[in-house]
Amino acid sequence: MNADAVAALIREAMPDARIEVRGDDGVHFEALVVSERFEGQATLQRHRTVYAALGELMGREIHAMSLQTLTPAELDAG
Amino acid sequence: MNEETKQKIEQQLRDNPVLLYMKGSPDFPMCGFSAQTVAALRAVEAEFAHVNILEEPDLREALKAYSNWPTYPQLYINGELVGGCDIAVEMYNSGELKKMVAAND
Repeated sequence: MNADAVAALIREAMPDARIEVRGDDGVHFEALVVSERFEGQATLQRHRTVYAALGELMGREIHAMSLQTLTPAELDAG
Repeated sequence: MNEETKQKIEQQLRDNPVLLYMKGSPDFPMCGFSAQTVAALRAVEAEFAHVNILEEPDLREALKAYSNWPTYPQLYINGELVGGCDIAVEMYNSGELKKMVAAND
């Protein structure tokens, strides 16, 4: 599994999102996902949305995923 | 998930207001994310119980389904999933974690 493949899976579920995935070892990744869809959602809910996009890979092929999930407004606020 | 495993999880959550399902133990965490979550809890002087899911193979898969959360660690406060490492650290940084465990004394 490489970072581009992980990003592609998230993009399939969240075509509107800005997605950046990093990770060199094939099993641990860091992702930034920015989407309007996160508006009004708690972090727990946001992370579940991203995990759902990765399905069964999470916890198997993907051992760990460090997630940052923001709305565009939150990203701008920095 | 069989009924026995489900009841075991619910019993653990009832018995322990702050409960961390983790890999390893607080003193010997077996994964960096579990270690960071323990560090956040200790930094706010939380009293917490832990379950080492590496020693509980039946719980390891069942809890993922129970909580709809695919990875470990998993932090529960008052029976509710708070999140994994990223969320625990974020809540530590915002001060929210301290409030949640203090409200629980």
